[in-house]
Amino acid sequence: MNNKKEGRAHPMSRRQFMLTAGGFSFAVTAGAIAPRFLGDPEPAASSGDQQLTAWVKITADGKITIYNPAAEMGQGSMTALAAILAEEMDADWDKVTIEYSPVEPGIYGMQWNGTPGGPMITAGSRTVRGYYKPLRQAGAKARYVLLYNAAKKWGLPQSGLKTDRGYVIDPAGGRKLSYGEIASFAQIPPSVPEINEQDLKKPEQFRLIGQIIPRYDIPEKTTGRAKFGIDFSLPDMVYAAIARAPVYGSTPELLNENEVRTSDGLVDLVKMDHGIGVVANTFEQALKAKKRMQIRWSGEARAKGYDSVEDYKSLELLIRDENKKGRMVVDTGDAPSNIQSAYKIYEREYRTDYLYHAQMEPLNAVIHIAADGKSAEAWAGTQAPDTERNAIAKVLGLDESKVTFHNCYSGGGFGRRQEDFSLEAAMLAKQVRRPLKLIWTREDDIQYGAFRPMSLQRMEAGVDRDGHLTGWQHRIAGPDNRLQTGGVRMNYYTIPNQQTEHRVSHPGVRTAFWRSVGHGPNKFAQEAFIDEIAHDLQIDPYEYRRRMMKDLPRHLALLDKAAALSGWGKSPAPGRAYGMAFSDYGGSYTSGVVEISLDQESGQIKVHKVWAAVDAGVVVQPDNAIAQMEGGIVMGISSVLQESITFKNGQVQQSNFHDYPILRMADCPESIEISLMPSSLPPTSLGELSLPLMGGAITNAFLKLTGKALRHMPFTPAKVLEVLSK
Amino acid sequence: MKTSFKLNGKMVQVETAPDATLLWTLRDALQLTGTKYGCGASLCGACTVHLDGIAVRSCMTPVSSVAGRSVTTIEGLAGEELHPLQKAWIEEQVPQCGYCQSGQIMQAAALLKANPHPDRELIISYMNGVLCRCGTYTRILKAIEKVSKSGKQ
Ligand code: FES
Ligand code: FES
Repeated sequence: MNNKKEGRAHPMSRRQFMLTAGGFSFAVTAGAIAPRFLGDPEPAASSGDQQLTAWVKITADGKITIYNPAAEMGQGSMTALAAILAEEMDADWDKVTIEYSPVEPGIYGMQWNGTPGGPMITAGSRTVRGYYKPLRQAGAKARYVLLYNAAKKWGLPQSGLKTDRGYVIDPAGGRKLSYGEIASFAQIPPSVPEINEQDLKKPEQFRLIGQIIPRYDIPEKTTGRAKFGIDFSLPDMVYAAIARAPVYGSTPELLNENEVRTSDGLVDLVKMDHGIGVVANTFEQALKAKKRMQIRWSGEARAKGYDSVEDYKSLELLIRDENKKGRMVVDTGDAPSNIQSAYKIYEREYRTDYLYHAQMEPLNAVIHIAADGKSAEAWAGTQAPDTERNAIAKVLGLDESKVTFHNCYSGGGFGRRQEDFSLEAAMLAKQVRRPLKLIWTREDDIQYGAFRPMSLQRMEAGVDRDGHLTGWQHRIAGPDNRLQTGGVRMNYYTIPNQQTEHRVSHPGVRTAFWRSVGHGPNKFAQEAFIDEIAHDLQIDPYEYRRRMMKDLPRHLALLDKAAALSGWGKSPAPGRAYGMAFSDYGGSYTSGVVEISLDQESGQIKVHKVWAAVDAGVVVQPDNAIAQMEGGIVMGISSVLQESITFKNGQVQQSNFHDYPILRMADCPESIEISLMPSSLPPTSLGELSLPLMGGAITNAFLKLTGKALRHMPFTPAKVLEVLSK
Repeated sequence: MKTSFKLNGKMVQVETAPDATLLWTLRDALQLTGTKYGCGASLCGACTVHLDGIAVRSCMTPVSSVAGRSVTTIEGLAGEELHPLQKAWIEEQVPQCGYCQSGQIMQAAALLKANPHPDRELIISYMNGVLCRCGTYTRILKAIEKVSKSGKQ
């Protein structure tokens, strides 16, 4: 088709092909309008709405491009979102291509409550949950426009027409028009009605949602063609590495600058508050020059002298102090007095160490500042493209609109992929003024990591004569108020009189969101504590949970399902035991059972099998949902059995995969069986749901096997032997 | 320093520093970015390529050591059609983020070349050096077993 027709010189004709309604827009175009061109601040003809951009583009050859606003870091949502829109539009899936949307948070972003327009951050497993409704409506509106145009062409009332997989059909006249054909003459209707819930497809009419559709990104991820941020390059590009503060907060002084400046291929050295950047012609040259640097670190860093193993002692004092009050998160009824007066009182403490993300693609960014310094372009895989863009703009002193940010595939995110790498790349490029790629080495990625905070959790509970819980107190101590209280509410158990409180410590080290955030440590403590109580009361832990769920049929069904899958109640093979746990995340629920064995001599725990039942509302991509559950379980086992970051003298002690081991194939369960519960409720979260099961389920199986409880993650062989010897 | 070697079936010559590694030479000088950097220390397997048909970690392989030899990367694994492992990877929907998968596939391809019908134990011990943070191991195993049983490699 003729692109000129749609070009910038003809705003009127472009307007004709655009529609903005309800804050969501799309373009039905004859030529190819890139969504970026639609960002011009021109009023839309139809609604006066300023939000001009596209969710979907149809070209005359029938190709349908759907714009993906979310990061693709392995969770598969780029396929899910496109499928949701294509479903309501009744598009032919084979004609769909998916592209990243531009960074326009006002249009493509989402508020935390799910309202369109807000940050573009991909986090908290909110993508499918949040975009489900708006994308269904956008799809239904696109379908309306196609029907409207076909009806006009045929001179028929719109109500008599149907759509089927990329065609508008006139059943009476036996005619049809493909979406591509319609795109070549389409005009925008004077108005598009609001789409109500009853105008959308019924679940039984779905042919994409809930079906197994292969993930869009998988073929190119098997051939090496998929481009991650680290794979992007520009002509005349230079490479950068940074030596960062070994103790967070200290500042560098380079002692041998003249010597380092003679390094092969060196382009420049860049001094920053937190480190010194080395820019060279190749990445290996940058690494070599980095190694040569002698840096004196100084300044009054809060983390100076910090020892994370010792820190448990201060956290003990903090959490046991009855005169202290932290931030109250849950307070229903009167927990303290009901525990005081209980028939029996339980007290336990659980510990979790700092954890590193270990996303397989180390952090990186590519940046190019225009020769006149008035604009810049950047490429990186990130969970928050708008935050990156704004950070770059700030460093360069540019307006945000002058920075074009291209999100790329991310080699894992898990909460880590935000902000600091783009910021650093901008600082380096600002001085060097060449196209530049910054790469963090694995060592950098670990030693200057931002970690899941350590925690000490003190649990207290009281039970009545029959073993029913009468009060529940959960105190969490650790360095991050924002990150440590997720999952403290347990709306799937009936427990009267609950109190949860967070008490903050100030070690001065970097912390960050880490897959499942607070749920990992908190569900471990809750579920382990429940089993310890049941064990003491000599009640089967499954029965004990059933009691607490007797008035909650949705959750009870899930608990029963996982128990049935695992054959709970049967005796396991000799030397093996089952453990169970329950969790929620972002409106979804899951129940899981593990089967473990223990090498008594070495203290090594092995998880042989895992079963989990999932209730996540309507599941858009069932096979991908299962993959997400599997991945969370594997990462969960890894974190529970072997991962730990420790600090000494304020410095991270680990540096690569030899001392921060993550689970390998040999330690992976031989089977993971996932069962998705049917549901007609809107979709809820999946990516972070299964991971929090593992801490509780594994220690509960260990309790069953040995009569002893593991209360400090990770359950390394050394810690297991120590517990066994007590 | 100039080094000539066969890369995905064609002779190439590169000019690098004497101690340059194969990994960064492939990625930056030769623009074959399918081979990934994960650890730089033979700990993760993301950088796995074939050297004369054997799986090696390109991050610890000096480019000087491949002179006159034959290197295959993920980009050169498929012939006219995708390699049976690549097909199985798609059928089993193995990749999540995908970052480790070039290394996984190259490692598995070298195994099947040497031993078309490995048992499960051998597969696991051979694949154990390649990390996957997304936790796709059960699917990787399924995909390899599928190919080894189909007799297609
Ligand atoms: S990058 Fe070579 S083994 Fe990790
Ligand atoms: S698929 Fe992400 S690391 Fe393997």
